[in-house]
This record gives sequence, C-alpha cells and structure tokens, in this order.
Amino acid sequence: MMSRFLARLRPVAFSLSLMPLLLAVSPLAAHDYKLGDLRIDHPWSRATPGGAKVAGGFMKITNNGQEADRLVGGTLVSAGIVEIHEMAMQGNVMTMRALAQGLEIRPGQTVELKPGGLHMMFLELKSPLKEGEKVKGTLVFQRAGTIEVEFKVEGRGASGAHDHGAHDHGGHSGGHKH
Amino acid sequence: MNALKIVRLTAWAAIAIITVALLYVLLNPVDRDQGTGVAAIGGPFRLADHNGQVVSNESLRGKPYALFFGFTHCPDVCPTAMLEISNDLKALGNAAQDFRVFFVTVDPARDTAALLKEYAGSFDPRITGLIPKDEAELAGMARTFRAIYRKVDTPSGYTMDHTASIYLMDAQGAFFGTLDSKETPAVRQAKLKRLLERR
Repeated sequence: MMSRFLARLRPVAFSLSLMPLLLAVSPLAAHDYKLGDLRIDHPWSRATPGGAKVAGGFMKITNNGQEADRLVGGTLVSAGIVEIHEMAMQGNVMTMRALAQGLEIRPGQTVELKPGGLHMMFLELKSPLKEGEKVKGTLVFQRAGTIEVEFKVEGRGASGAHDHGAHDHGGHSGGHKH
Repeated sequence: MNALKIVRLTAWAAIAIITVALLYVLLNPVDRDQGTGVAAIGGPFRLADHNGQVVSNESLRGKPYALFFGFTHCPDVCPTAMLEISNDLKALGNAAQDFRVFFVTVDPARDTAALLKEYAGSFDPRITGLIPKDEAELAGMARTFRAIYRKVDTPSGYTMDHTASIYLMDAQGAFFGTLDSKETPAVRQAKLKRLLERR
C-alpha cells in the first residue's frame, strides 16, 4: 500500500526535482537588453569557417518610443572594424551594400537583423568565433547612445529562425529549428 | 466539284506539312541552338587549386562535380552554401565519396591558396579552392560558367557581389543543374543523387 502511494508520487517528485534546473536555465534564455525606448533582443553571430576574417551580427531591435532612432555602428572585441550591411538576392546573384547612414528603426517598429538580409558586418576578426562562446561588443544608436551587449555565437548553419526563449539550444547545422 | 475537292485536299496537305515542320522545329532544340551564338554553361577551363595542382575541364572528364563562385570575406551566403553541400554529401554516404566541390574565389587578391585550403578544409575535404591567377583568368572562368561577380566599395574596403548558385556538372563536363539554398536538403540531395547515378 505504502509503496503504491510512493510510486504515484514519483512523477511529482521528478517534476519537483527539475524545478531548480528550470530556474537555472531561464536567466540564460532571456538574452535581451533595454536602452531608453529600445529593446535589443538576442544579439548573436555564427561560428566562422577556418581562416575566415568576417562574420555577421544579428538581433531584433524594437523601438517602443515616439521618435525614430538609428543604429549607426558598434564594436566587437574580436573585430577590427564593424559596419552595417544589407544583403539581398537579385535573381541568383548575392549583393551586398554598406548602409552609410545606418539603419533606421521607426517608432513602434521591430527591425530584424538576420542571415540573408540586414546584418552588422564584423571585419578583420583577430580570432575565430567559436560556437557556444559569448563575445562582448557594443551597439551605437544615434539618439539612445551606446550599450554594451554580448553576441552569442551559434553554429555555422544557424538561421536565427528559432523563437525567443530557445536561444541556448539554437541553430546547429542542418536547420535545426524550434 | 472536283476542283473544290482538290483545293480542299491541297489545303489539308499544306496544314499537315506546316504542322510536321513546326513539330520538327519545336522538338529539336539542338538544331535550334546551332548558330544562335548563345553559349552553354561550362566549357574549357584551367585553374590552379589550393594545393598548386592544375584543375581543368580535361582533368575532370569522367567525374561529375560541383562548382561555386565565392570568397572568404563573405559572411553568409558562401559559408552557408559550403555547409549545406558538406551536409548533403555526408547524407549521401559512400555514393558521394569521390565527388568533388570546387570553390572558385572571385577575390583572388585576398584569397591566397593557404587561406582557401584552411577555409575549404574546415567544411569538408572534398571541397577544393580554385584560384584564378589574375583578373583575366577570373573573368574567363566566370564567362565559361556565365557567373556574375562585381567589386563593391564599402567604408573600410570592398566586398563582392556574386552568383550564389552551386553549379552541378556531369561526367562529360556538361551543365546538369544548380543547387540553391532555398531548396530543402531532400531536394538538393535528390539532384546530387541523380547526378551521381548519371554516368
């Protein structure tokens, strides 16, 4: 009788035993920043191939304010130069342009920097970006100023297509999505 | 009455002849291509690879292969294309063990043999960098594959626009098709499988 009662309790006890684990994981998953009226969600990059001296920087930026702002630059500790670029496909030709005036984020707008489109361009990398590491950098906005962020380095095939909250499992090669 | 019949028969005969002629023209694209001046994708080429060996259409005769135009200062399209084809080749197993992929740099000024060797090797040993020795050789190679590349100035230097498709060439060196990042792995692998099975 007693053992049957204990057996019933087992799933409950198991769930309870997982609670501290959940609590430990959640602060990592919430990888976003606030700067004035701007919310910067999950800055990330991709592991670089051997010898590569460049990488893309990606994130979502939301402007909750009444005035437009502009991402005009930034830094990454391992990059010599950081620019803001826009990639586009014209037919089957990949085209790349530097945004000399930066990237505007209008009031109420969320702009996503992601593979295949807008991105921060990290140039002259002094060391390769390795999956799993976090690299310090800054983002510079025309109105809101400068904020320190960490770029999380994901796998080489990461697409950024996974949703918020699942970052720490994100994007191993082969289009693994959540 | 008889005259009318003859006119009718002649008209039908004319229609039949025109139909046959039209069908003949439509069903024989090879004949149509003759003398139009439109070049096919592929043809003679000769480039040094990242080990200093010469790779040419002649040396590749009898072996299907894939070819991509890219450069190592490419943050997105080039690593993605190389990663995808590496994964595709792994998925195909033994069938693709001798298959080769060539990464032709459109930025030979910065992409040295040593750099391309490190870059290609970090994806898959079946990927080999090809390095045009000068602008003329690069332009010729691009013309052979009808690829586009263009130098674009940036605040700190330059970047390259370029054709992002992977070309698939059959064992005779003829154009077989392309692989595209927008396709699913299943579609890409089915194409590669068909290419490998066609001898």
